[in-house]
Amino acid sequence: MTGVGEVITRVHREEWARVVATLTRRFGDLDLAEEMAAEAFATAVERWPVDGVPPNPGGWLTTTAHRRGIDRVRRETRRDEKHREALMLSEPTEPLGAIDDDRLRLVFTCCHPALAVETRVALTLRLVGGLTVPEIARAFLVQEAAMGRRITRAKEKIKAARIPYRVPSRDDLPARVTGVLAVLFLIFNEGYLSSDPAQEAVRADLTAEAIRLTRLVRELMPADGEVAGLLALMLLTEARRAARVSAGGELVALGEQDRGAWDRKLIAEGHALVRERLASGRAPGRFQILAAVNAVHTDAPDVRDTDWSQVLALYDQLVRLDPSPIVRLNRAVAVAELDGPAVALAQIDGLPLEGYHAFHATRAELLRRLGRSEQSRAAYDRAIALAGNTAETAYLTRRRDQLGRV
Amino acid sequence: MAQYLFSVLDDTADSGTEDEMVAIRAFNKQLQADGHWIFAGGLAAPSTATVVDGRAGEPVFTDGPYLESKEFMAGFWVLEIPDLDVALRLAAGASKSCNRRVEVRPLLEG
Repeated sequence: MTGVGEVITRVHREEWARVVATLTRRFGDLDLAEEMAAEAFATAVERWPVDGVPPNPGGWLTTTAHRRGIDRVRRETRRDEKHREALMLSEPTEPLGAIDDDRLRLVFTCCHPALAVETRVALTLRLVGGLTVPEIARAFLVQEAAMGRRITRAKEKIKAARIPYRVPSRDDLPARVTGVLAVLFLIFNEGYLSSDPAQEAVRADLTAEAIRLTRLVRELMPADGEVAGLLALMLLTEARRAARVSAGGELVALGEQDRGAWDRKLIAEGHALVRERLASGRAPGRFQILAAVNAVHTDAPDVRDTDWSQVLALYDQLVRLDPSPIVRLNRAVAVAELDGPAVALAQIDGLPLEGYHAFHATRAELLRRLGRSEQSRAAYDRAIALAGNTAETAYLTRRRDQLGRV
Repeated sequence: MAQYLFSVLDDTADSGTEDEMVAIRAFNKQLQADGHWIFAGGLAAPSTATVVDGRAGEPVFTDGPYLESKEFMAGFWVLEIPDLDVALRLAAGASKSCNRRVEVRPLLEG
């Protein structure tokens, strides 16, 4: 029995998106596809423990969902003979390639720029990730009913405004891929460092889901450098998860982490992706550069072995691509290691990041190293007031309280 | 094919400038050549509006727009467009030509 339960869980993870995507194309209706996919999985939960797991579980689920869909359409369109006939497709057996295209269509539809960002996140987790509405509501601390309405409204808009179910045209593609990656990165970041003090500091469920979805997108668009870059960035970050929060619930800075607790398998996979992109000879995008920075860090057996000049060179490259204040702030961390805290501090003073906790945390560390304790304390105070993450607040508080009173 | 309403959003009193009119005419020509065109028009100022309520007995006339707001609809296009991706691309061109923001809304089908 548990054996079958595990199989169903695994098949759900592997096949959900495919079933929804295939049905959406066949019926032209996301809502129907989602509902029938859910019914098919519910039927599997009932039947498989009795009848045994079918030899091709994904095919079984798609066929079951498709039949349910046809029954539903029959009931609802009895009066409209023509419409009914148009939908009475046989059960075509497409080659795998066509089905994979469907999942890509589904991803692009869920991440459409005409939808609000939080809606894109919710829709992607529901329709591509297969998370339930209560799970998504919990993940973002939203009332279940409100999350349900958000997803329902989104599906209504997709239908009424005719958001197309297809891979975008070549002109639109680069911007649309960027949009998809932004959604995946958002899911990952909420797990990496939860912005909500009421949540766990690190949400392994969300980082794992983001990685799983990014792996899927990578499988569907293997030639896209930024997709590979984002996956590598996530893997190299996830590899450090166990070392990032202490037993006492405090964030551990990169330099103080137990590198023996880093996940070597994830690091090896991330490094392989970074090497693959370097070998391509193509100019890297933002995620590829960030992945390379993380590759440098995870390459050092000890923090003292970190190749900071390589980190700085990568940030220089990133600044050219994205001269935003946050990139400049991160670059300054490498500058501090190479040219000292005074040079770094001069570079970040005046950046328009008053409301960003990491700006004050970085300033506090630099001021501490310069022996300017009182100013450092004030900067810690501001960072603590702005940080939402409990583990980060605990870390910053300890660092502040280490400063001596004059 | 579906139909979309593009509403031109405005919050200033000056109607289209000469440059804007030239750009709009060129944009409209392209819409006609590409088979999207159904109907379009500019609207007189909101202050010229009269609201009529004929639901019960003698109609009641009210001077002015139904909603007093900073932003109002200054003009519109009704276009024949296959889907929202194409609609958004055309709306970007519409917004550029009339130099105003444009709201895209699908018409109900059937």
